[in-house]
Amino acid sequence: MSMPFYVSPEQVMKDRADYARKGIARGRSLVALSTSDGIVIVAENPSRTLYKISEIYDRIAFAGVGKYNEFEMLRIAGVRQADVKGYSFAREDVNARSLANGYAQTLGQVFTHEMKPYEVEILVAQVGETQDTDELFHILYDGTVMDEQGCTVLGGQAEAILETARERYRADLDRAGAIRLGAELLANDGDPLAAGQLEVAFLDRSRTRRAFQRVRGDDLATILSDATD
Amino acid sequence: MNESPLPFFATGDDPGASFVDLLRRVAPDKVPGAAGAGADAPFEVTHGTTIVAIRYEGGVVLAGDRRATAGTLIASRRIEKVFPADDFSGVAIAGAAGPAVELVKLFQVQLEHYEKIEGEPLSLEGKANQLAGLVRANLPAAMQGFVVVPLFAGYDDRRARGRVFSYDATGGKYEEADFQATGSGGIHARNWIKSQWEEGMTREAAVDLALRALFAAADEDSATGGPDLVRRIFPVVATIDTEGYAALGDDEVGTRAEALLGGREEGAGL
Repeated sequence: MSMPFYVSPEQVMKDRADYARKGIARGRSLVALSTSDGIVIVAENPSRTLYKISEIYDRIAFAGVGKYNEFEMLRIAGVRQADVKGYSFAREDVNARSLANGYAQTLGQVFTHEMKPYEVEILVAQVGETQDTDELFHILYDGTVMDEQGCTVLGGQAEAILETARERYRADLDRAGAIRLGAELLANDGDPLAAGQLEVAFLDRSRTRRAFQRVRGDDLATILSDATD
Repeated sequence: MNESPLPFFATGDDPGASFVDLLRRVAPDKVPGAAGAGADAPFEVTHGTTIVAIRYEGGVVLAGDRRATAGTLIASRRIEKVFPADDFSGVAIAGAAGPAVELVKLFQVQLEHYEKIEGEPLSLEGKANQLAGLVRANLPAAMQGFVVVPLFAGYDDRRARGRVFSYDATGGKYEEADFQATGSGGIHARNWIKSQWEEGMTREAAVDLALRALFAAADEDSATGGPDLVRRIFPVVATIDTEGYAALGDDEVGTRAEALLGGREEGAGL
């Protein structure tokens, strides 16, 4: 009978983290910006049907980067959690913080207990009554939660983009301005991405119930083309 | 992954896009319609009464009076029986008020849940079938006297027209060609609509017809509330067309209702 080799816990965790990071780095990035009109989320995504950004509840959106099947599973679990909670209690009792905690616990458990960690980074965004009550929870593959202010970037090139994003982000951006900024940030010094390469969603602060909207097609093209004027 | 705070399911046990199936798995005590012992309810159940749905050119109108009764008592003068189901459909309820309101709430969540999980809304026919399933699930309670019979109406963008569906207590779903009225005063309202309805009606004409049909029903049926000019309580009216579900404001309904007063639906002095 052979004895298993001893591997230090540090090494195990490092290997898992490297594995997850590599998977995430292969994918494209995503930017979320809190604006005066609401929260704008811009992702590089050439697909018109496989979404990275989705509605979770009245004022809450979900976004994921990395492995599609893994963040899609997390998205569905979040919709289920939110709908059951809203039905059991009241719609206003559903909030982003408790969802973010749920995701963090799930990702943390998978990271330490399962064969392989999830290769995802996710965002739970909630639009508030006023801009200073907007919430952006950025959750990493190992369950680390970051409560971001103003703007955040997820995905492979996140660090490089985040630096520029922090320089160029202003709290008084409006919806269109934030969409254009997002498109430029994701291009990362190249030409700004065209409407066909982007998936854009918006949590509209002025809506009374379902705030989530997709910005696409001609609307998106018009907003992006205004930038060159 | 059972220790996770988020609901995850094994492949064979996944509830898919059904909110009711999800609720059965994670919170079975919150699924409405659980039947008690087999006897009739030993108390008077609050009942919502007359509701109507009328198709017009390019849409459909849903309306309901405001009275709820418990036996011979008036339980409420201001109950609302017409609700949005989602952006392009609405549901009106007649029958036992408690279970009916709960059924509407579940139906609304079900449609939104499906849309979020699947990424696109159900077809109008699909929504009508979902409601049939919920009414069917209420059958044990219906046997004890808690009957719920909704009307479902919506705008079908694939067929570019308004559609009306009615239900019976067993969950039977029946598509109506042009209009339907149900509840205690339903027969009077339906006869009134039948004599006045015509193909190609405008939205305004259909709203007026719905109001007059409800007044006609209130004139013959004690459980249906007529226009209350003292308290200014008028029916709830909503229209659904390409623009989506829109409830008419109280003021608008009040103005229209007052303009219609004294018409033939008030019984011509009989």
